[in-house]
Amino acid sequence: MAHSGFIPKDNLNSVIEALSKKARLFVPVEEGDLVLFKPFAAGQTMCFSRPANLPPKAVIFPQSDVLFDFNLKKDMENLKKVEVELKENLDFPSTIIVGCRPCDAQGFRIYDRVYLEAGATDPYYKGRREKTTIITLTCNAPSPGCFCTSVGRGPADEDGSDLLMTELPKGYYLEAVTDKGEAVLKELGLADGSAYREEAEKAQESAAKAVRKPFASLEKTPEKLIGLFDDQQFWEAEAAKCISCGACTYLCPTCYCFNITDEQAGSRGERIRSWDACMFAHFTLEASGHNPRPSKAQRLKNRVGHKFSYYPTRYKGVTACCGCGRCIRYCPVSVDISEIVAHVQGAQG
Amino acid sequence: MTEHHSNPYLPELATVTRVIEETPNIKSFQVVLNDPAKMKKFFFEPGQVGQVSVFGVGESTFVINSPPTRMDFLQFSVMKAGEVTAALHELAEGEQIGVRAPLGNWFPYKSMKGKNILFVGGGIGLAPLRTLILFMLDNRSDYADITILYGARTSLDLCYKQDLKEWAARSDVKLIQTIDAEYPGWTGKIGMVPNVLKEIAPSAENAVAVTCGPPIMIKFTLQALSQLKFTDDQILTTLEKRMKCGIGICGRCNIGDKYVCKDGPVFSLAQLKDIPSEL
Repeated sequence: MAHSGFIPKDNLNSVIEALSKKARLFVPVEEGDLVLFKPFAAGQTMCFSRPANLPPKAVIFPQSDVLFDFNLKKDMENLKKVEVELKENLDFPSTIIVGCRPCDAQGFRIYDRVYLEAGATDPYYKGRREKTTIITLTCNAPSPGCFCTSVGRGPADEDGSDLLMTELPKGYYLEAVTDKGEAVLKELGLADGSAYREEAEKAQESAAKAVRKPFASLEKTPEKLIGLFDDQQFWEAEAAKCISCGACTYLCPTCYCFNITDEQAGSRGERIRSWDACMFAHFTLEASGHNPRPSKAQRLKNRVGHKFSYYPTRYKGVTACCGCGRCIRYCPVSVDISEIVAHVQGAQG
Repeated sequence: MTEHHSNPYLPELATVTRVIEETPNIKSFQVVLNDPAKMKKFFFEPGQVGQVSVFGVGESTFVINSPPTRMDFLQFSVMKAGEVTAALHELAEGEQIGVRAPLGNWFPYKSMKGKNILFVGGGIGLAPLRTLILFMLDNRSDYADITILYGARTSLDLCYKQDLKEWAARSDVKLIQTIDAEYPGWTGKIGMVPNVLKEIAPSAENAVAVTCGPPIMIKFTLQALSQLKFTDDQILTTLEKRMKCGIGICGRCNIGDKYVCKDGPVFSLAQLKDIPSEL
């Protein structure tokens, strides 16, 4: 994309404020020790110096989302008869996310294949996705645990972003990736940034070189994982520390599994979908009491298998892990998915 | 998903028109979509499933066990096991439910034309087979011999007693019924389904076997079929998993890279052998 812009450092806040007038705006905000994506409000302490603890996945895929309301209406002519009324809401506001990282934006591309492109279209995801513009901040240095380059991505990848923003000593270089991003550039009326392009590229390249490489390539990993499927000893060793808390899945920009439940009070209720996780025993527990994945070793195998074998098998080799490293940084017992993949690659399975 | 609604999560409202008590813990529900135009247009293939809702409780997946050749109603059979099934068991005729259907794949009935068909069912596992059996009986000249082996723990646990009576009376169907152990008043066969299967020893030549039942029955039925020289391509089964969305999105019912709700529930044994052993 040709169109680029530049925001001098001192102007960043006013640009963000201007964006907040155009749409519902989510920015990374400091909350105690955490950095979380929150709706923009004047006076917040925004944080662009490190990736947020949670990716902004909830902006498009809320942790708890009402699919429809139901209303049970008694027929006053025939009190035994109850009519049901269903009401869905598929009207979503225009939204902008500023300051997520390329890995976070790529997470949405992982979702797109499943929620939009594989057959049935998810209207809730589609509605929010289409209405959301993603302005991504490229990484200028890796955070602990990051391994994006090992999964074929990088700290300045544009896939999933509408606009890429690179921090330079004097300000932010912006480059449009999509028409949506281009439109934002135009609306903001920013000065042309092409003079900073080379400097930005250099910064991006040096960041890419700094990312650790826990394994060399993912070639053959999908097959290797299938080969290790029945190696119980291998998976028990990998899962020994795991406490099945599910934090890895909730923090993951690419995990998208959910549950559907009903909530009812009186004659009114909602059908709600909520994030769920394959790391929980109840996830696959059937009403009969049978559970195809009763042990945490089987569940961890599914999580690694989904990201590095099943998803790539379904979607032309694309790995469903963006290497953001959150599951490694914040796992309470230090389970390291990149280490597991390295072990898989080295295993004689 | 057919075009009956653009939002795949939004159920069609339906009315329970008849409740049949099949066994002490299984009931069949005949339902009709409330919108007559949608009911008239509703189309599904034998073996496809639906998500049935009791509003306020939730949804569960059941096969549509009436055949598409008899579209006066859709029938679901429900074994009382969890919250949704318990709520369904409370329903009376005239009550409202939600239906999201049809979902999933179906039996390859076209490629089964001209063949001898062997059905092997256990307990509620006759439900998906029933759809195909009735479909084939309604297109009887398309298929060669039809043999149905059906078993349950006791005679009280046999479902679809009216169907069994009709099939037993037909000269163009061979029905063998068995129960696991002697039971007062039972005059049919006694023995586990896989053992009876070995005893009746149907020929694998030009045949397709379709089986569904409890996992342990399926396991030994597959062994018996293999001894009878049925190849993996000649054996079809349907899988059950905990499903939620029913459209391959929620990520719950996967076995390796396959989703039972979308790539199944019908699989050939050859297909099953290609995916990880996580049943």
